[in-house]
Amino acid sequence: MLSPELGHYALALACVLAAVQGILPLIGAHRRDPRLMALAPGLAIGQLIGLVTAFACLIHAAVTDDFSVQNVAANSAVSKPLLYKITGVWGNHEGSILLWALILGLCGAAVAAFGRNLPSALRARVIAILGLVATGFELFCLTTSDPFARVWPAPMEGQGMNPLLQDPGLAFHPPILYTGYVGFAVPFAFAIAALIEGRVDAAWGRWVRPWAVAAWCFLTCGIAMGSWWSYYVLGWGGYWFWDPVENASLIPWLTGTALIHSAIVVEKREALKIWTVLLAIGTFSFSLSGTFLVRSGILNSVHAFANDPARGIFILGLLGLVIGGSLALFAYRAPSLTAGGLFAPLSREGALVLNNILLCSLCAVVLTGTMYPPFMSLLFDRTISVGKPFFDATTIPLALPLFIFMGFGPMLPWKRAQLWPVLNRLWLAAGLTVVAALVATRQLSGVLPVLCAAAAIWIMVSCATDIATRIQLFRVSLATSLHRLRGLPRAIIGTAIAHTGVAITVLGLAGMSQAQHRIVEVPTGSTQTLAGYEWTLTDVHSEPGPNYTAMVATIEIRRNGQLVTVLRPSKRSFNTQNQTTTDVAIHTNLLSDLYGVLGDSHGTEGHMTYVLRLHYNPLAPWMWLGALVMAFGGALSLSDRRVRVGAPRRAASSVQPASTQGNNA
Amino acid sequence: MTRKTRRLWLVIACVACLGTAATLVLRAFSSDIVFFVTPSQVAASPPPKDRTVKLGGMVVAGSVHRERHGETPVATFDVTDGQAAVSVHYEGILPDLFREGQSVVAIGTANSAHDFTASEVLAKHDETYMPKEVAEALKKSGKWDPRFGPPPSAASWNSMTVQDARKDMTAPAAAPAPAQTTTQPAP
Repeated sequence: MLSPELGHYALALACVLAAVQGILPLIGAHRRDPRLMALAPGLAIGQLIGLVTAFACLIHAAVTDDFSVQNVAANSAVSKPLLYKITGVWGNHEGSILLWALILGLCGAAVAAFGRNLPSALRARVIAILGLVATGFELFCLTTSDPFARVWPAPMEGQGMNPLLQDPGLAFHPPILYTGYVGFAVPFAFAIAALIEGRVDAAWGRWVRPWAVAAWCFLTCGIAMGSWWSYYVLGWGGYWFWDPVENASLIPWLTGTALIHSAIVVEKREALKIWTVLLAIGTFSFSLSGTFLVRSGILNSVHAFANDPARGIFILGLLGLVIGGSLALFAYRAPSLTAGGLFAPLSREGALVLNNILLCSLCAVVLTGTMYPPFMSLLFDRTISVGKPFFDATTIPLALPLFIFMGFGPMLPWKRAQLWPVLNRLWLAAGLTVVAALVATRQLSGVLPVLCAAAAIWIMVSCATDIATRIQLFRVSLATSLHRLRGLPRAIIGTAIAHTGVAITVLGLAGMSQAQHRIVEVPTGSTQTLAGYEWTLTDVHSEPGPNYTAMVATIEIRRNGQLVTVLRPSKRSFNTQNQTTTDVAIHTNLLSDLYGVLGDSHGTEGHMTYVLRLHYNPLAPWMWLGALVMAFGGALSLSDRRVRVGAPRRAASSVQPASTQGNNA
Repeated sequence: MTRKTRRLWLVIACVACLGTAATLVLRAFSSDIVFFVTPSQVAASPPPKDRTVKLGGMVVAGSVHRERHGETPVATFDVTDGQAAVSVHYEGILPDLFREGQSVVAIGTANSAHDFTASEVLAKHDETYMPKEVAEALKKSGKWDPRFGPPPSAASWNSMTVQDARKDMTAPAAAPAPAQTTTQPAP
């Protein structure tokens, strides 16, 4: 029933529907023809049905071990566990492009479903632009990377999946990361639609922001999961390699963060309109380039599994069309957008502008560091690489001012602010920051970790102070304060939580800079000391797994003679691929990670020695916990009443200061 | 606050931030960039001792020695590009995909023209995939011309390297036979 041919047909059908979805509603919106405009939602949902069918067919082929499908034969095997048969569908190039298209289809359908209160012309245009982008990706899928191609004769057994990818973290990482990447297509489509209409106003800002925040939440989670995967699967002890592929996800995250902040200014004050439109275009362009970097292999990277120039050229063309086209439209139409409200440099708007400038400088630095090596090798034939020392020296000094302004930015009133009343509220935060810096100087080595730790405390305490001031904590009775807390707009609580999340991540990074490790080669029974713990290797034995055999070590960790935990790191040999992977063992108490890796073994029976790598990683879990808190803050602000009740009608005049709860002027 | 003064403030803020960013980037470029070197470049003119470089090439078959200094595992192996070989000294765990006769990238500092201390050793995910830097090094050394087909497979390159590199090698740790088994546990 769900045959690969049906999937191929459904994909082709979705591609045609996407093309129609990209053309007819645009014409309709131009001619103000309500019948053509009304086609958009139906077409978007039809396209989604086609894509879901195609995806279901591919999953069906993978689950039933249909090795006559080349994609399945190349990436699956009978012995693979069911979970990885399903998730393996998007673990390879063809499947991941199909997943990308599916998520884009979902975005289009989501706009169709949730955008009922948008003006019909705007909605038609947004859906049409999403359709055009989808057409490009589905054509790419059909012409250069067909996931349904058959192979004859069909092999009896598939080649199996890279064992490194057989991990629950990586299995669910791509869908979440892709939802983040692709989600920014919606703000992009809104920006293009606004350029075509020649109109950006407060209502536009309010419509576009939830989409940007949602995409940002997914991207934050996706990046954190990727980093976590690299920490516990690759087993090299670090969490971020500054690899081009990782940077390719960080760059849209930085501009996306700038976008969700500048859209607030559009929504509340109708300023920064042109800039926000540019950020929306830029963020999606960087997301697309991220895919391009991963898929084409122009940046050599440990992640670049697929190296195929034909695909690279198609993607490059698609990229040129989308980015070049949208920037040309921007250059043509942006001057016709009217400039917005005035504000003093010292005001909420001013703080948000500064946030944008700093985030974009950070983005420029990361982009330079990522693009410089391929640029140098292309032009001057010199092979160089840029790594952690470069990014540490450039990003941290730029991030520190961002952290400082993050503390008091949300307390500034709109339009014009006085510095003194705000600083007056921050005595406590400043005092605690100084205490934290003094404590950190004794605990941490290095200047930058101390500064980062102090900045994190500053952010946390000022966020708490902001909320405490708003609910008048300790000035009125506790019950009244709680009542006020319940009455606060969720967007404000969300902001405080997301900023606290940043602080938690920064504390984790500062802690990780103090990580200690030892590499030893020992026989069983010997004990090492690291960071005040005694690590004893008691036993090494072999254990069979579903499609591998593992050599498992047992390491008992004691502190002052008390057993803390038993780590069981292992080394797995996969039968199908002739590959070995190391399986890291981690014990966490949320304040620090004890991390053990089993390496090679040497010697003869009875006199074996084993190589062990032991890490003590203080505050490591906080890095990912902070990201989750950030995403939770974003999600909370998405549940804000203003978003739930739905966007307002577009005001006849452009003056629209809307919610007065948000500004405490 | 007029539009003009606001614009002035904006310009000042932008210039200040981007200027700082540019200064930081340029400073970091002059000190923190890691250059890729081939064994023949190290042999011809070793980089300064305090400068971290990436050394890329093929692991000479039979050159891998593992020993233990106290409780610290130490590995030494030769890396060659077919023109010269450099002996690499590494304290730590070699990656899972490290194989004799296959490509490797070592990050560290050169002590002399034939002696290199690695702080990190990278072998790529895929066994058939050759890192771009190593492919470049092979092209430069004249062992492989991309016009005449794909790069030699790891197995043939393995024996070719050993024989060809031996002529130029001053280090005595040359491999006796290309067919020697690896010291990795058989997967």
